[in-house]
Amino acid sequence: MAQVSDKVMVELRNVDKFYGANKVVKNLNLQIREGEFLTMLGPSGCGKTTTLRMIAGFEAVTSGAVIIEGENVGNKAPYQRNVNTVFQNYALFPHMNVYDNIAFGLTEKKVKKEEIRQRVGEMLSLVQMDGYEKRMPSQLSGGQKQRVAIARALVNRPKVLLLDEPLGALDLKLRKQMQVELKHLQRQLGITFVYVTHDQEESLTMSDRIAVMNNGILEQIGPPDKIYNQPATKFVADFIGESNILEASVGSVDGDSLNVIFETGSAEVSAAGFSQDEMVYISVRPEKLKCSAAAVPGFNLRGTVKEHIYVGSIIKTIIELPNGQDLKMSLLAGTPLIAPGEVVWVYWEKDGTVVLHTHEETLYNLIEQVPKIEVSV
Amino acid sequence: MNSSNKQLTKLLSAVFVTLIYIFLYLPIAIIVFFSFNSSKLNIVFQGFTLQWYGIMLQNTDLMSALENTAIVAVSTVVISVFIGTLAAIGMFRYEFRGKSIVDSFLYIPIVIPEIVMGISLLAFYHILNISLGITTLIIAHVTFSMPYVVVTVRSRISGFDMSVEEAAMDLGATRLHTLLRITLPIIAPGILAGAMLALTLSLDDVIVSFFTTGVDSVTLPIYIFNKVKTGVSPDINALITVIILITLLILVVMRTFEAKTSKKGLV
Repeated sequence: MAQVSDKVMVELRNVDKFYGANKVVKNLNLQIREGEFLTMLGPSGCGKTTTLRMIAGFEAVTSGAVIIEGENVGNKAPYQRNVNTVFQNYALFPHMNVYDNIAFGLTEKKVKKEEIRQRVGEMLSLVQMDGYEKRMPSQLSGGQKQRVAIARALVNRPKVLLLDEPLGALDLKLRKQMQVELKHLQRQLGITFVYVTHDQEESLTMSDRIAVMNNGILEQIGPPDKIYNQPATKFVADFIGESNILEASVGSVDGDSLNVIFETGSAEVSAAGFSQDEMVYISVRPEKLKCSAAAVPGFNLRGTVKEHIYVGSIIKTIIELPNGQDLKMSLLAGTPLIAPGEVVWVYWEKDGTVVLHTHEETLYNLIEQVPKIEVSV
Repeated sequence: MNSSNKQLTKLLSAVFVTLIYIFLYLPIAIIVFFSFNSSKLNIVFQGFTLQWYGIMLQNTDLMSALENTAIVAVSTVVISVFIGTLAAIGMFRYEFRGKSIVDSFLYIPIVIPEIVMGISLLAFYHILNISLGITTLIIAHVTFSMPYVVVTVRSRISGFDMSVEEAAMDLGATRLHTLLRITLPIIAPGILAGAMLALTLSLDDVIVSFFTTGVDSVTLPIYIFNKVKTGVSPDINALITVIILITLLILVVMRTFEAKTSKKGLV
């Protein structure tokens, strides 16, 4: 099993991509290590696919450098770069059968027929498509097309495999299965994967690191657990998983302890680097949110239980604050429920919350240095 | 609705369809029928003969017209397919200033009345002092055939996911290889359809040809047109029968090709 090495395989240095006044990617700095599974995550239009296409060579950078294995590939055509792409819609050649599709890259490189046959055969068994050589793409299901597309890219033994929402067109069950298979494939081959998706759950499942993008800006980069537990910006907190985000102002600062004042209450949280009267966001995951009939020390926040929603193994409870904001709380099914209409005290677990600056756009370059933020009651 | 009513509806629609097909094909059937008539008149059938086919072959004027037609048609197809395909690919792929204007002007020859085109081409050749002949005829035919090639090829391209071109380049193919190995095979049905249209348009054009042909480059339609004025002779019937046969053959070839490509999942 291959490990992520310290060697930088792909580097984006101060990369900008503008289409006229439309700034698609803004001053992007990113290092992708050898053998790493890096996911670029973000909503549509955030610049993640454009970034991938700049690595592949389909788009030129407006300014900045794309460096692959220490070499600036800025003026190299896609066919001169040692990276291969798996396209969102597979882009299989419709007039060629499975064998010829996979062999395409090798025939372009004038590899000997005998070797092509052997390597295509290896790829077919790697993606579990033995015996499908003579099929035309139109005779394959979505999942099979995807496997052929992956084999067609991998047969060239690229240094980096770029995947542009490769599972987007598959149904949920198949997608889950392919996620696991892709992850295994990546571990087995030790190839650097750069994977673009808008599905946050998918990114959490598969990645070594996630790069969260929004509006052309890299909001945060880090391992899945760090992205989930310590979001650096309001956007990341909101986009990855579910979050309750409360606006607050810092009432008083006492060392590492803050008294934050909401529109309808207050709470004691511990976080450093904030000053008095500063506006902040308090982000609380639904599974960390609690409620109780009695007041909890450190919290002064009340709400009315609005409704319970059953979602399989968990129950979502909606609690409405006096100002009309809904808070989501998730409980394991079977937990005793408080009847809708009851007024309760709201609090959260010590490690369940993150305090964020509201002026987050100035923050994105400092993300890696953001100190560990903890909130205690 | 009761069953007798239903049957009546069925019968009526069958009669209706039959009448339409008679309307479409009876005139052609009559021509074919009279090409085997031993009488010189297209009115009464006197007996079966193949003599008009022999006479047709010995008619040197007719044969040279046939030769001219073939030369013009083949040249028109080759030239208009080449220019039209490149134009369609270029128009699809590149964005440039004034593209919509250039684009609309491509299709004007399709809607412009043939008589206008014929006269303007004649005037054009006259101004440039080009003497009329096979070359002027070919240029004229390319002018009105090429837009049809652009239309068919373009509809083929735009109905297709051209990210396969990027995939090819990603896999190491140069632009030229991508064109030869990926783009052209995929748009081939569009090119073929365009070629067929160009062929038929060139084969039976009378009006534009009438203005742009010289005395030594008379084509078949013009020859027939001139003959009709003095009465249709049975050898023309024979010729038309041969042309119908060739057309049918082309149609069969095309349908077979279509069936083959759709089986391969290309359509």
